Amino acid sequence: MKKNVFFISCEEAQHICDKSQYGEATLWEKFKLNIRLTWCRITRAYTKKNQALTKTIKTSKIECLKNEEQQALKKSFEEQLHQQN
Amino acid sequence: MPNYQIDPNKWIDNYADYLFNYTITRVNDREIAKDLVQDTFFAGLKSMKNFKGEASERTWLISILKRKIIDYYRKINSNKGKAEVRMSYSSDENEGDWLEERVADPFDKTAEDRIENSELEDAIYNCLSKLPEKQAQVFKMKTILNHETEAICNELNITASNLWVIIHRARVAMASCMEETWFKK
Repeated sequence: MKKNVFFISCEEAQHICDKSQYGEATLWEKFKLNIRLTWCRITRAYTKKNQALTKTIKTSKIECLKNEEQQALKKSFEEQLHQQN
Repeated sequence: MPNYQIDPNKWIDNYADYLFNYTITRVNDREIAKDLVQDTFFAGLKSMKNFKGEASERTWLISILKRKIIDYYRKINSNKGKAEVRMSYSSDENEGDWLEERVADPFDKTAEDRIENSELEDAIYNCLSKLPEKQAQVFKMKTILNHETEAICNELNITASNLWVIIHRARVAMASCMEETWFKK
């Protein structure tokens, strides 16, 4: 059976939606996602939640340590802990 | 025997990001924030025996950090005060001058905004702490630190499809946790 190029599964739609939150979905992928959004309630609900999460995190301007910074901190802390023990 | 446990071995993994975020929003400098967080952990180690278990470890560490931040500002203000020339624009003869400086900055954050933002950050960190370690790490790198997919894959030695599966699981868990703790508020 020939695969319909416009049809994507729910999993694929969610994957495109995830990529789209980071600006990594292609135009073609977004087009396919939009088609699915017109008729799939589950994809619509997922997209709504996903977008809300992205917006909330952007609004918060939350920051965290980079991996290497955390490792450096861990190293100096362990040295200090070792000295104390 | 006390009914609380303090485990400094887990401090960095559990609280470093939270303390760092708390600090950087107050000092606005990454290097200074890192130093203050490190000083806080060291001070926590030294005064571990004073921990009574009346508050959580995180609250106790935050109380130490707050004092570190106050000390930092005291120190820079006492240095600045030595060279500072104070100017007053508010004398009557200059009325109308420096008007902009007298008007409240509409883009300045109000105390209410700050409180709400800090509550939001708490909610995000609480949800992040519930994720499995790997998911939290990948989610942070991709969503908070905005690292490229390829860079994360190289650093963690995973494939791109692996990364997207982890991101998907993390996002589902985060969205549902945030819905419970934040969106419903």
